[in-house]
Amino acid sequence: MSNLLDLLIAGLATGAIYAIVAVGFTLLWQTSQTINFAQGEFVMLPAFLMLAVMHAGAPFWLAILIGIALSLLLLGLGFKMLLVDPMLRHGVLPLAIATMALAIGIKEAAKQFWSAEASPFPSIIPGGDVTIFGRVVALQSIGVLVLAILAVLGLTTLLNRTSIGHQMQAAAQNPTVARIIGVPVERMILLTFLINAFLVALASLLITPIYLAKFSNGEVLGQAAFIAAIVGGFNQVRGAIAGGLLIGVVDNLSAAYVSTQYRAAVPLVLLIAIILFRPQGMLGRPEERTV
Amino acid sequence: MKPVFLASALLATVLTGAAIAQSGAPIKLANVAELSGGGATVGTNWKNGIDLAIEEINSKGGVLGRKLEVTHADSQSNPGVARAQVQKALDAEPYVLLGPGYSGSVKVTAPLAAEAGIAQIMGGEAAELTTTGNKFLFRTSFGQQSSMPKVAKYINDELKAKSVAIVWVNNDFGKGGRDSISKEFAKYNIKVAADLSTEAGQADFAADVSKIKAAAPDAVFVYVNEEESARILKELKRQGITVPLVGETTLVGQKVVELAGDAANGARGHVGLTTDAPVELIKAFRDKFVKKYNYVPDHNGLKGWLAIYMIKATTEKMGKVDSKGFADALHGFTITAAKEPGILMDATFDANGDIDRQGFLVEIVEGKQVVKQVLPKLGN
Repeated sequence: MSNLLDLLIAGLATGAIYAIVAVGFTLLWQTSQTINFAQGEFVMLPAFLMLAVMHAGAPFWLAILIGIALSLLLLGLGFKMLLVDPMLRHGVLPLAIATMALAIGIKEAAKQFWSAEASPFPSIIPGGDVTIFGRVVALQSIGVLVLAILAVLGLTTLLNRTSIGHQMQAAAQNPTVARIIGVPVERMILLTFLINAFLVALASLLITPIYLAKFSNGEVLGQAAFIAAIVGGFNQVRGAIAGGLLIGVVDNLSAAYVSTQYRAAVPLVLLIAIILFRPQGMLGRPEERTV
Repeated sequence: MKPVFLASALLATVLTGAAIAQSGAPIKLANVAELSGGGATVGTNWKNGIDLAIEEINSKGGVLGRKLEVTHADSQSNPGVARAQVQKALDAEPYVLLGPGYSGSVKVTAPLAAEAGIAQIMGGEAAELTTTGNKFLFRTSFGQQSSMPKVAKYINDELKAKSVAIVWVNNDFGKGGRDSISKEFAKYNIKVAADLSTEAGQADFAADVSKIKAAAPDAVFVYVNEEESARILKELKRQGITVPLVGETTLVGQKVVELAGDAANGARGHVGLTTDAPVELIKAFRDKFVKKYNYVPDHNGLKGWLAIYMIKATTEKMGKVDSKGFADALHGFTITAAKEPGILMDATFDANGDIDRQGFLVEIVEGKQVVKQVLPKLGN
């Protein structure tokens, strides 16, 4: 039982990071029909940007700020203007393929510029332990979980409680009507890309101290977040959050109670089951397309 | 008659010139290593060690007056790619093949080199590699059959552990180590409290460490590659595991210390080679390496360096550059540091290509390897 509690806490901490990345997936899909297969690499890159700034002599806090700013510029604005806008007019599939190419490009560039070797990355959460229900739990696990929950709460507050959030939702649900009632749709879409860039930078900051900074980190993260988004519901932010947490917990429990070798297969089995029996995801809503 | 004489003289001149050119031509070596992928730390250190040794030897006139030249190919830490790269390298008829470092890649490439009759000096440590009768394969470090008995003895005699959790990576290297250490534990009646297989490149060890915590062993034996060692050390610290952590070179290497930071403190292991060894020649090697590459190498840097000096010493022993005779000349050969300082410590190569030399038991103290015991060469 105590072992189960350890596994649940560790799984929730990792799952919360998957959730942040999965939320980015769903936001991009809802506002611009973009399936970003480079999302994992988007999480990998900010850590390297921060490391580069630190190597230039900047303190960690400044590196974080510059890293986030660079992420907004490259993975938000640059991604939208240089890849999504030109490709989207050719359809969703060419754009999806273009993001696959981008994933390979980012991964290889990171390997080329930095190194194929892993690098250590400092943690923003101090080391140490806390006791919960008589169990000693690492402060880092709790910190990751708390920061991720705060990020998700902040995002949902922005979307549901502010004028900008309502405009973003309007732009996502029906861009034509939104334009008629005066919503600056293009600006709202750009804002979504910037939010996604911020979320991946935050995820990078939280996961890299555990995974170490390595060019190949995006493979695992991208796949986990993609599965989380589909399992939870690709068209609902709350679905992506639930999916992320579920995948994190399922991954850890399957590694402990099924087999380490098959741990990667269990979330995929869950994905297949969801597609077969509830294609809209756990919390998603069915979508109909007109032709 | 005169034209015939002139033609003969011309032919003789051309042939002599060709012979001179041949004797002065560089000796070509081929290296296939893990320059990217999960084994990038291994392959990069190995490659840098090779390049450094070649640079030094060439600056002193080369081997038998000929320069050494090496080509590097990337196996991507993938046995399939390694096999293709080795085949390509052998097609260019190198004097000696260097690498790979991963046992799984060595296993699939060794038959190719043997078939071509080219000696292969590699970094793999799986016990089975030198038990197949391959007469062309040579180690640069101890095989598991040499190192695991020492580790098990240390766990039994010094740590007095009665139960141990084994964490191993699910590949040829890890499986070989796990099998060897389990056999040794059985001899000492040490119980295996948990037997945990992990994957190469695994990023998240939370579940594995939870299992260790639940098993409550007296010690943990960790046998995974360097990057995974760093990740699991961090997770072990995160989950508050305080029992002794013991492993081999891959647990206490420089790269692991760099990646794991504080979490590496207290980790102990047997290392065949360490740049912190109390050996003057190794210290000098370390200084040269740091000067050129600006970081402290792990044992793989030493292995790459030694591979080149094995070639130099063996070739000078033969007195000629003879690819076909190389393996025979190295079998049973003892290279002494007195005669060839580049070999750093006296080393003997047996008929299977296994190496015998002194080893070390180290512990990570405040981010540095501290040698606790020097284990003498078995043949002494």
